[in-house]
Amino acid sequence: MNILVCVKQVPDTTEIKIDPKTNTLIRDGVPSIVNPFDGYALEAAARIKDKNPDTKIVVMSMGPSQAEAALRDCLAIAADKAYLVSDRAFGGSDTLATSYILSSAVKKIEELEGKFDAVFCGKQAIDGDTAQVGPELAEHLGYPQVTYGLEVSLEDDSLHVLREAEDGTEIIGVKLPCVVTFTKPSFDPRFPTIKRKMAARRAKIEQLSAADLTTIDLTRAGLKGSPTKVKKSFVPPRKEAGVVIKEATPEDSAHKLFQTLNDAHVI
Amino acid sequence: MEAKSKDLWVFIETKEDGSAKNVGIELLNPGRELANKQGGKLVAVVVGYNTKAAVEEAGKHGADQIIVVDGEEYKVFSTDAYKLAMLHVIEKYAPTTILIGATPEGRDFAPRLSCNLKTGLTADCTGLDIDDETGNMIWTRPTFGGNLMACIMCPDNRPQMGTVRPGVFKKPAETENKAEVITEDFHVTPDQIRTEVLKVMKESAADFVDLEGADIIVSGGRGVGGADGFKILKDLADALGGVVGASRAAVDEGWISHSHQVGQTGKTVGPKLYIACGISGAIQHAAGITGSDVIVAINKDADAPIFDIADYGVVGNLFDIVPVFTEEVKKLKG
Ligand SMILES: Cc1cc2nc3c(=O)[nH]c(=O)nc-3n(C[C@H](O)[C@H](O)[C@H](O)COP(=O)(O)OP(=O)(O)OC[C@H]3O[C@@H](n4cnc5c(N)ncnc54)[C@H](O)[C@@H]3O)c2cc1C
Ligand SMILES: Cc1cc2nc3c(=O)[nH]c(=O)nc-3n(C[C@H](O)[C@H](O)[C@H](O)COP(=O)(O)OP(=O)(O)OC[C@H]3O[C@@H](n4cnc5c(N)ncnc54)[C@H](O)[C@@H]3O)c2cc1C
Repeated sequence: MNILVCVKQVPDTTEIKIDPKTNTLIRDGVPSIVNPFDGYALEAAARIKDKNPDTKIVVMSMGPSQAEAALRDCLAIAADKAYLVSDRAFGGSDTLATSYILSSAVKKIEELEGKFDAVFCGKQAIDGDTAQVGPELAEHLGYPQVTYGLEVSLEDDSLHVLREAEDGTEIIGVKLPCVVTFTKPSFDPRFPTIKRKMAARRAKIEQLSAADLTTIDLTRAGLKGSPTKVKKSFVPPRKEAGVVIKEATPEDSAHKLFQTLNDAHVI
Repeated sequence: MEAKSKDLWVFIETKEDGSAKNVGIELLNPGRELANKQGGKLVAVVVGYNTKAAVEEAGKHGADQIIVVDGEEYKVFSTDAYKLAMLHVIEKYAPTTILIGATPEGRDFAPRLSCNLKTGLTADCTGLDIDDETGNMIWTRPTFGGNLMACIMCPDNRPQMGTVRPGVFKKPAETENKAEVITEDFHVTPDQIRTEVLKVMKESAADFVDLEGADIIVSGGRGVGGADGFKILKDLADALGGVVGASRAAVDEGWISHSHQVGQTGKTVGPKLYIACGISGAIQHAAGITGSDVIVAINKDADAPIFDIADYGVVGNLFDIVPVFTEEVKKLKG
């Protein structure tokens, strides 16, 4: 089986702080990580490979050259081959343009690696947070999709996807080729071994620029090819410091809390 | 695509029994004002099976017109059937704006639809407005786990589309039902639906909880210590007329079922009162609760990040505090 995993390098949003003076997002010094949901997608691919050793896992990321680091992390964990899709013409792409570029890259990579049976994505990227690139990529490719995947198994020419539903879980059968997006499962993804880590450091990351994507229509890429425009961004008004209740005994604190909420007509 | 009208559409998601999910009806509220500003009709689009109840509800809540696509193939949600049904009516009527609830289903098929139409889709919006100058929608949405808000427009493509978070808007008041109903006889064949539900593992009805519609939520985290600990939270929730929620840590421990989970991989909630007990306030949890009117935190660690977003913070052991607080509430309500 031939699986492509789409990976985005993102700032670790748990490390992001607000500058109290300028009231803006501080991004400097914030570490870049593999989007956690893409880590779950990679783990799902790795688990298929555990059972079907002839599986090939290719990872692809669109982004600036720093995104190579994210691809190396994936090579260390489970990927066999990595592609960086990078070009100034791609900057400022919204999800429609991003997914279009990624779909053009899929076609190119398939010429080199053979056809993919499945394309795995994260549910969402923790910076943009839209959760749209996976389904849009599926639409460009004309493939069926399953979102909110937790685990997958290969059954003949289909995948069985354990999927998170609103009031439980369900198993969805989907014919290959397809797109699956993954959310957080209850288990932790595997760690890289030392050996794989060292190999990943030396591995070649294949580069694809706009010129390499032979089928691409560049008017549909980048800022110009993006129907949505970010007009403004702002840090949400911070709440005033809350009221702290810490009386001599917990009972007193409980009474005080009740009094305070009652006076404020909250209860 | 060129818009054929200035109409604003609200997608009404239905349940398997043909009634409307809350979010679609909620969206008729901001939809009314936006439609008036755009100078077009407010149209509810209902897709489902035996949808009489949903159609009735959309009419009672102020839709000018209702477009209905009804068929057995829409009873259980599938990406393909819902996308094709919506594509059919959009291509036929070409509205200028479409609002879709940011439910798991909405966020699943809306991007396929917008992508097919080669138009923009703004994700998971919490604010909706119209730019006076251009008449374009201004969609406001949280990014970076709620740390940054963005205002987004789609100036050159139609329809302009967005998914909107459940619970942000209140249902509009009921009015006289004057809606014109248009039924579209559109069906998809089984081979057009390329996924199959093989098995459904529903939480038992007793385990299920409607967090998005709740006014009061009492949530517990790892600090609750076990399934037994949740009983004292349930007592408080019952006394307040609310429901119980949980952090991911508590769900992963198996102390409470997943439908209770709040946060980035759980529900986004907007109650009048959210009481977080033994929850540290990780960004993935906080992302789901910042829409609450009032947040109360009870935590024994005075430095827990939850206190940064709490309106009222009680430092102390929840097992000592919650039962006493519950007794007070019972006295007040009883
Ligand atoms: C503040 C702000 C708000 C925005 N709001 C919107 C909006 O509402 N609508 C819109 O269309 N665009 C929006 N954008 C643009 C959007 O963030 C980018 O298009 C981004 O490249 C992809 O979206 P995402 O980060 O939300 O990814 P998601 O759709 O959340 O990502 C889902 C999955 O797709 C894959 N993927 C995503 N990006 C890449 C990549 N570069 N390389 C490889 N795989 C990838 C990964 O598997 C990922 O887990 C916004 C941008 C900003 C800065
Ligand atoms: C991709 C991803 C998605 C995630 N999605 C979610 C999500 O949707 N929702 C979510 O909640 N988390 C999510 N998480 C997990 C999140 O990062 C945190 O690990 C989780 O929220 C922690 O839960 P907690 O606060 O209950 O536990 P902890 O962080 O362990 O905090 C327990 C708290 O309880 C306090 N405490 C202990 N005993 C007592 C006592 N007797 N009385 C009072 N206080 C006490 C402690 O001081 C501590 O602050 C996600 C993580 C990832 C990586």
